[in-house]
Amino acid sequence: MPTLKEQFWDPVAGFGVTFRTMFRKVVTEQYPKEKKPTAPRFHGRHQLNRWPDGLEKCIGCELCAWACPADAIYVEGASNTEDARFSPGERYGRVYQINYLRCILCGLCIEACPTRALTMTNEYELADATREDLIYEKQDLLAPLLPGMEQPPHPMRLGNDDGDYYRGTFRRQDDETGEATQ
Amino acid sequence: MGIEEKLPSGVLLTTVEGVAGYFRKASFWPATFGLACCAIEMMTSGGPRYDLARYGMEVFRASPRQADLMIVAGRVSQKMAPVLRQIYDQMAEPKWVLAMGVCASSGGMFNNYAIVQGVDHVVPVDMYLPGCPPRPEMLIDAILKLHDQVQHTKLGVNRQREVLEQETQQLNALPTSEMKGLLR
Repeated sequence: MPTLKEQFWDPVAGFGVTFRTMFRKVVTEQYPKEKKPTAPRFHGRHQLNRWPDGLEKCIGCELCAWACPADAIYVEGASNTEDARFSPGERYGRVYQINYLRCILCGLCIEACPTRALTMTNEYELADATREDLIYEKQDLLAPLLPGMEQPPHPMRLGNDDGDYYRGTFRRQDDETGEATQ
Repeated sequence: MGIEEKLPSGVLLTTVEGVAGYFRKASFWPATFGLACCAIEMMTSGGPRYDLARYGMEVFRASPRQADLMIVAGRVSQKMAPVLRQIYDQMAEPKWVLAMGVCASSGGMFNNYAIVQGVDHVVPVDMYLPGCPPRPEMLIDAILKLHDQVQHTKLGVNRQREVLEQETQQLNALPTSEMKGLLR
Protein backbone atom coordinates (compact mmCIF):
# COMPACT_ATOMS: atom_id res chain seq x y z
CA MET A 1 0.00 0.00 0.00
CA PRO A 2 1.65 3.26 -1.13
CA THR A 3 1.88 5.98 1.48
CA LEU A 4 0.08 9.30 1.13
CA LYS A 5 3.37 10.99 0.16
CA GLU A 6 3.96 8.50 -2.65
CA GLN A 7 0.42 8.89 -3.89
CA PHE A 8 0.11 12.67 -3.90
CA TRP A 9 3.41 14.45 -3.38
CA ASP A 10 5.79 12.43 -5.55
CA PRO A 11 3.99 13.03 -8.87
CA VAL A 12 3.97 16.77 -8.15
CA ALA A 13 7.66 16.66 -7.22
CA GLY A 14 8.32 15.10 -10.62
CA PHE A 15 6.83 18.13 -12.33
CA GLY A 16 9.03 20.26 -10.12
CA VAL A 17 12.00 19.13 -12.23
CA THR A 18 10.22 20.27 -15.37
CA PHE A 19 9.34 23.59 -13.77
CA ARG A 20 12.89 24.25 -12.60
CA THR A 21 14.29 23.50 -16.05
CA MET A 22 12.21 26.31 -17.51
CA PHE A 23 14.43 28.82 -15.69
CA ARG A 24 17.71 27.21 -16.76
CA LYS A 25 19.83 28.40 -19.64
CA VAL A 26 18.89 26.72 -22.93
CA VAL A 27 21.56 24.24 -24.03
CA THR A 28 20.51 24.08 -27.69
CA GLU A 29 23.14 25.31 -30.13
CA GLN A 30 21.77 27.36 -33.01
CA TYR A 31 24.20 25.58 -35.29
CA PRO A 32 24.17 27.12 -38.77
CA LYS A 33 23.55 30.62 -37.38
CA GLU A 34 25.98 30.51 -34.47
CA LYS A 35 28.87 28.13 -34.97
CA LYS A 36 30.57 27.11 -31.78
CA PRO A 37 34.35 26.86 -32.20
CA THR A 38 35.73 23.34 -32.14
CA ALA A 39 38.45 22.15 -29.81
CA PRO A 40 41.75 23.83 -30.80
CA ARG A 41 43.31 20.52 -31.91
CA PHE A 42 40.18 19.24 -33.65
CA HIS A 43 40.81 16.76 -36.46
CA GLY A 44 39.20 18.45 -39.43
CA ARG A 45 40.02 18.79 -43.11
CA HIS A 46 43.70 18.53 -44.03
CA GLN A 47 45.95 21.33 -45.17
CA LEU A 48 49.23 21.26 -47.08
CA ASN A 49 51.43 23.95 -45.58
CA ARG A 50 53.94 26.28 -47.17
CA TRP A 51 57.25 27.82 -46.19
CA PRO A 52 57.18 31.59 -45.52
CA ASP A 53 58.33 32.25 -49.11
CA GLY A 54 55.51 30.20 -50.61
CA LEU A 55 57.40 26.99 -51.44
CA GLU A 56 55.52 23.82 -50.52
CA LYS A 57 56.61 21.85 -47.51
CA CYS A 58 55.50 18.52 -49.00
CA ILE A 59 58.41 16.50 -50.34
CA GLY A 60 56.34 13.69 -51.86
CA CYS A 61 57.75 10.97 -49.58
CA GLU A 62 54.40 9.12 -49.34
CA LEU A 63 54.84 8.42 -45.63
CA CYS A 64 51.33 9.80 -45.03
CA ALA A 65 49.94 7.39 -47.61
CA TRP A 66 51.76 4.50 -45.93
CA ALA A 67 50.54 5.50 -42.48
CA CYS A 68 46.93 5.84 -43.59
CA PRO A 69 44.85 2.95 -42.20
CA ALA A 70 42.07 3.54 -44.72
CA ASP A 71 44.25 4.01 -47.85
CA ALA A 72 42.67 7.39 -48.39
CA ILE A 73 45.80 9.26 -49.50
CA TYR A 74 47.40 9.02 -52.91
CA VAL A 75 50.73 10.75 -53.53
CA GLU A 76 52.97 10.89 -56.56
CA GLY A 77 56.32 12.56 -56.06
CA ALA A 78 58.42 14.21 -58.75
CA SER A 79 61.85 15.79 -58.88
CA ASN A 80 62.42 19.50 -58.55
CA THR A 81 64.52 21.01 -61.29
CA GLU A 82 66.37 24.30 -61.27
CA ASP A 83 63.81 25.75 -63.68
CA ALA A 84 60.75 24.57 -61.78
CA ARG A 85 61.18 24.36 -58.03
CA PHE A 86 58.11 23.67 -55.90
CA SER A 87 59.76 22.74 -52.60
CA PRO A 88 63.23 23.09 -51.13
CA GLY A 89 65.28 19.94 -51.66
CA GLU A 90 65.10 17.24 -54.28
CA ARG A 91 61.48 16.17 -54.48
CA TYR A 92 57.99 17.57 -54.25
CA GLY A 93 54.50 16.10 -54.25
CA ARG A 94 53.27 16.41 -57.82
CA VAL A 95 49.96 14.66 -57.20
CA TYR A 96 48.30 14.79 -53.83
CA GLN A 97 44.82 13.41 -53.33
CA ILE A 98 42.84 12.69 -50.19
CA ASN A 99 39.64 10.73 -50.56
CA TYR A 100 37.39 12.08 -47.83
CA LEU A 101 34.99 9.19 -48.31
CA ARG A 102 37.73 6.92 -46.94
CA CYS A 103 39.53 9.28 -44.58
CA ILE A 104 38.60 8.71 -40.95
CA LEU A 105 40.39 11.88 -39.78
CA CYS A 106 42.54 9.88 -37.32
CA GLY A 107 45.63 12.06 -37.78
CA LEU A 108 48.16 9.26 -38.33
CA CYS A 109 49.24 11.00 -41.54
CA ILE A 110 50.00 14.13 -39.52
CA GLU A 111 52.17 12.12 -37.16
CA ALA A 112 53.95 10.48 -40.07
CA CYS A 113 54.77 13.70 -41.94
CA PRO A 114 58.49 14.44 -41.56
CA THR A 115 58.35 18.07 -42.68
CA ARG A 116 55.07 19.04 -40.97
CA ALA A 117 53.70 19.70 -44.42
CA LEU A 118 50.38 18.04 -43.62
CA THR A 119 48.31 19.37 -40.74
CA MET A 120 44.64 19.47 -39.96
CA THR A 121 42.33 22.47 -39.90
CA ASN A 122 39.21 23.01 -37.83
CA GLU A 123 37.00 22.93 -40.87
CA TYR A 124 34.41 20.16 -40.83
CA GLU A 125 31.62 21.00 -43.26
CA LEU A 126 32.51 18.46 -45.90
CA ALA A 127 29.22 16.93 -47.09
CA ASP A 128 28.75 16.78 -50.85
CA ALA A 129 26.45 15.18 -53.39
CA THR A 130 28.90 13.16 -55.49
CA ARG A 131 31.84 10.90 -54.80
CA GLU A 132 34.10 12.77 -57.23
CA ASP A 133 33.69 16.04 -55.36
CA LEU A 134 34.91 14.44 -52.15
CA ILE A 135 38.28 13.48 -53.57
CA TYR A 136 40.26 16.58 -52.66
CA GLU A 137 43.21 17.32 -54.90
CA LYS A 138 46.35 19.28 -54.25
CA GLN A 139 44.87 22.65 -55.19
CA ASP A 140 42.00 22.10 -52.74
CA LEU A 141 44.31 21.15 -49.89
CA LEU A 142 47.15 23.66 -50.26
CA ALA A 143 47.24 26.51 -47.76
CA PRO A 144 46.33 29.90 -49.22
CA LEU A 145 49.16 32.24 -50.11
CA LEU A 146 49.71 34.70 -47.29
CA PRO A 147 51.18 38.17 -47.85
CA GLY A 148 54.87 37.81 -48.67
CA MET A 149 54.41 34.40 -50.24
CA GLU A 150 54.94 33.71 -53.89
CA GLN A 151 53.24 31.07 -56.01
CA PRO A 152 55.72 28.28 -56.77
CA PRO A 153 57.63 27.34 -58.91
CA HIS A 154 60.36 29.76 -57.89
CA PRO A 155 63.89 29.37 -56.52
CA MET A 156 64.65 29.12 -52.80
CA ARG A 157 64.38 32.63 -51.38
CA LEU A 158 65.10 32.04 -47.71
CA GLY A 159 68.30 30.01 -47.79
CA ASN A 160 71.06 28.64 -49.91
CA ASP A 161 69.95 25.02 -49.73
CA ASP A 162 67.19 22.89 -48.22
CA GLY A 163 69.21 22.44 -45.03
CA ASP A 164 68.65 26.10 -44.17
CA TYR A 165 64.90 25.54 -44.46
CA TYR A 166 64.82 22.40 -42.36
CA ARG A 167 67.10 23.76 -39.62
CA GLY A 168 65.16 27.01 -39.56
CA THR A 169 68.32 29.07 -40.03
CA PHE A 170 66.88 31.24 -42.75
CA ARG A 171 65.81 34.07 -40.47
CA ARG A 172 69.33 34.53 -39.06
CA GLN A 173 70.74 34.62 -42.58
CA ASP A 174 68.35 37.35 -43.52
CA ASP A 175 69.50 39.43 -40.54
CA GLU A 176 73.18 38.99 -41.43
CA THR A 177 72.69 40.09 -45.02
CA GLY A 178 70.59 42.98 -43.79
CA GLU A 179 67.59 42.12 -45.91
CA ALA A 180 64.19 43.26 -44.78
CA THR A 181 62.25 40.56 -42.96
CA GLN A 182 58.72 40.61 -41.73
CA MET B 1 6.50 42.92 -67.25
CA GLY B 2 3.85 40.31 -66.64
CA ILE B 3 1.41 39.64 -63.88
CA GLU B 4 3.74 40.70 -61.06
CA GLU B 5 3.37 44.39 -61.82
CA LYS B 6 -0.44 44.33 -61.75
CA LEU B 7 -0.59 42.77 -58.29
CA PRO B 8 -1.27 44.86 -55.18
CA SER B 9 1.59 45.11 -52.72
CA GLY B 10 1.89 42.35 -50.18
CA VAL B 11 1.10 39.57 -52.66
CA LEU B 12 3.88 37.18 -53.50
CA LEU B 13 3.94 34.91 -56.51
CA THR B 14 5.84 31.66 -56.83
CA THR B 15 5.80 28.45 -58.80
CA VAL B 16 4.20 25.17 -57.81
CA GLU B 17 7.69 23.66 -57.87
CA GLY B 18 8.95 26.29 -55.47
CA VAL B 19 6.12 25.74 -53.00
CA ALA B 20 6.36 21.95 -53.24
CA GLY B 21 10.11 22.12 -52.70
CA TYR B 22 9.62 24.39 -49.70
CA PHE B 23 7.07 22.06 -48.14
CA ARG B 24 9.11 18.96 -48.87
CA LYS B 25 12.30 20.29 -47.41
CA ALA B 26 10.56 21.53 -44.28
CA SER B 27 8.98 18.19 -43.46
CA PHE B 28 11.68 15.56 -43.64
CA TRP B 29 10.77 12.46 -41.70
CA PRO B 30 13.88 10.37 -41.25
CA ALA B 31 13.70 6.59 -40.95
CA THR B 32 15.49 4.98 -38.05
CA PHE B 33 18.44 3.30 -39.67
CA GLY B 34 21.32 3.35 -37.24
CA LEU B 35 23.78 0.55 -37.89
CA ALA B 36 26.89 1.43 -35.90
CA CYS B 37 28.68 4.21 -34.06
CA CYS B 38 27.38 6.93 -36.42
CA ALA B 39 23.93 6.20 -34.98
CA ILE B 40 25.11 7.58 -31.64
CA GLU B 41 25.92 10.90 -33.30
CA MET B 42 22.60 10.75 -35.15
CA MET B 43 20.77 10.30 -31.84
CA THR B 44 22.75 13.19 -30.37
CA SER B 45 21.63 15.35 -33.27
CA GLY B 46 18.05 14.59 -32.33
CA GLY B 47 18.71 15.40 -28.68
CA PRO B 48 18.28 18.75 -26.96
CA ARG B 49 21.76 20.11 -27.63
CA TYR B 50 21.71 20.00 -31.43
CA ASP B 51 17.95 19.62 -31.75
CA LEU B 52 16.89 18.48 -35.20
CA ALA B 53 13.39 19.56 -34.15
CA ARG B 54 14.44 23.02 -35.29
CA TYR B 55 14.06 21.63 -38.82
CA GLY B 56 10.91 19.66 -38.08
CA MET B 57 12.54 16.26 -38.15
CA GLU B 58 12.96 15.17 -34.55
CA VAL B 59 10.74 12.11 -34.94
CA PHE B 60 12.76 9.22 -36.33
CA ARG B 61 10.02 7.04 -37.76
CA ALA B 62 10.18 3.36 -36.92
CA SER B 63 8.18 2.47 -40.03
CA PRO B 64 9.75 3.16 -43.44
CA ARG B 65 6.28 3.78 -44.86
CA GLN B 66 6.07 6.99 -42.85
CA ALA B 67 9.55 8.17 -43.66
CA ASP B 68 11.03 10.01 -46.63
CA LEU B 69 14.68 10.37 -45.62
CA MET B 70 16.90 7.41 -44.88
CA ILE B 71 20.01 8.34 -42.93
CA VAL B 72 22.23 5.29 -43.34
CA ALA B 73 24.36 5.66 -40.24
CA GLY B 74 27.14 3.11 -40.04
CA ARG B 75 28.82 0.35 -42.01
CA VAL B 76 26.51 -1.85 -44.09
CA SER B 77 27.50 -5.50 -44.06
CA GLN B 78 26.77 -7.74 -47.03
CA LYS B 79 24.07 -9.41 -44.98
CA MET B 80 22.41 -6.07 -44.18
CA ALA B 81 22.39 -4.90 -47.81
CA PRO B 82 19.15 -6.67 -48.88
CA VAL B 83 17.44 -5.41 -45.72
CA LEU B 84 18.58 -1.87 -46.53
CA ARG B 85 17.23 -2.20 -50.05
CA GLN B 86 13.90 -3.53 -48.81
CA ILE B 87 13.49 -0.69 -46.36
CA TYR B 88 14.32 1.77 -49.13
CA ASP B 89 11.73 0.14 -51.41
CA GLN B 90 9.11 0.33 -48.69
CA MET B 91 9.56 4.07 -48.27
CA ALA B 92 7.00 6.21 -50.10
CA GLU B 93 8.07 8.54 -52.91
CA PRO B 94 9.59 11.13 -52.86
CA LYS B 95 12.48 9.77 -50.83
CA TRP B 96 16.07 10.65 -50.20
CA VAL B 97 19.12 8.83 -48.88
CA LEU B 98 21.89 10.38 -46.81
CA ALA B 99 25.01 8.24 -46.43
CA MET B 100 26.33 9.25 -43.03
CA GLY B 101 29.95 8.54 -42.22
CA VAL B 102 32.75 7.15 -44.34
CA CYS B 103 31.66 3.51 -43.91
CA ALA B 104 28.23 4.10 -45.39
CA SER B 105 29.64 6.39 -48.09
CA SER B 106 32.45 4.20 -49.39
CA GLY B 107 33.28 1.41 -46.96
CA GLY B 108 35.77 3.64 -45.18
CA MET B 109 38.61 1.85 -43.50
CA PHE B 110 36.80 -1.49 -43.76
CA ASN B 111 38.00 -2.44 -47.21
CA ASN B 112 37.10 -6.11 -46.89
CA TYR B 113 34.67 -8.76 -48.07
CA ALA B 114 32.20 -8.29 -45.22
CA ILE B 115 31.31 -4.65 -45.79
CA VAL B 116 29.48 -3.11 -48.74
CA GLN B 117 31.88 -0.56 -50.26
CA GLY B 118 29.41 2.30 -50.15
CA VAL B 119 25.62 2.14 -49.97
CA ASP B 120 25.41 3.61 -53.45
CA HIS B 121 25.98 0.04 -54.61
CA VAL B 122 22.54 -0.75 -53.18
CA VAL B 123 20.44 2.45 -53.18
CA PRO B 124 20.83 5.85 -54.88
CA VAL B 125 22.54 8.27 -52.50
CA ASP B 126 21.70 11.98 -52.55
CA MET B 127 24.24 13.25 -50.04
CA TYR B 128 27.53 11.85 -48.85
CA LEU B 129 28.77 12.88 -45.43
CA PRO B 130 32.38 12.04 -44.55
CA GLY B 131 33.69 11.78 -41.01
CA CYS B 132 34.30 8.93 -38.62
CA PRO B 133 31.85 9.48 -37.06
CA PRO B 134 30.75 12.92 -38.27
CA ARG B 135 29.91 15.29 -35.44
CA PRO B 136 26.28 16.39 -35.12
CA GLU B 137 27.10 19.73 -36.73
CA MET B 138 28.36 17.87 -39.79
CA LEU B 139 25.11 15.89 -39.98
CA ILE B 140 23.04 19.06 -39.66
CA ASP B 141 25.18 20.67 -42.35
CA ALA B 142 24.60 17.69 -44.65
CA ILE B 143 20.87 17.82 -44.00
CA LEU B 144 20.82 21.55 -44.79
CA LYS B 145 22.69 20.90 -48.05
CA LEU B 146 20.10 18.23 -48.82
CA HIS B 147 17.35 20.76 -48.01
CA ASP B 148 18.85 23.01 -50.63
CA GLN B 149 18.86 20.16 -53.14
CA VAL B 150 15.23 19.26 -52.35
CA GLN B 151 14.12 22.88 -52.66
CA HIS B 152 15.32 22.91 -56.25
CA THR B 153 13.89 19.53 -57.25
CA LYS B 154 11.74 19.74 -60.36
CA LEU B 155 8.23 18.34 -60.67
CA GLY B 156 6.21 16.40 -63.23
CA VAL B 157 7.43 16.48 -66.83
CA ASN B 158 10.45 18.59 -65.91
CA ARG B 159 11.47 15.99 -63.36
CA GLN B 160 11.06 13.16 -65.87
CA ARG B 161 13.19 15.06 -68.36
CA GLU B 162 15.82 15.71 -65.70
CA VAL B 163 15.89 12.03 -64.70
CA LEU B 164 16.17 10.94 -68.33
CA GLU B 165 19.01 13.36 -68.92
CA GLN B 166 20.90 12.22 -65.83
CA GLU B 167 20.36 8.59 -66.79
CA THR B 168 21.75 9.03 -70.30
CA GLN B 169 24.64 10.97 -68.82
CA GLN B 170 25.41 8.15 -66.42
CA LEU B 171 25.02 5.47 -69.09
CA ASN B 172 27.45 7.26 -71.37
CA ALA B 173 29.90 8.05 -68.59
CA LEU B 174 33.33 6.49 -68.72
CA PRO B 175 33.58 3.54 -66.32
CA THR B 176 36.01 4.06 -63.49
CA SER B 177 38.13 1.12 -64.60
CA GLU B 178 38.79 2.83 -67.92
CA MET B 179 39.54 6.26 -66.50
CA LYS B 180 42.94 7.60 -67.34
CA GLY B 181 44.76 10.11 -65.21
CA LEU B 182 44.43 10.86 -61.55
CA LEU B 183 40.90 9.77 -60.66
CA ARG B 184 41.34 6.15 -61.72
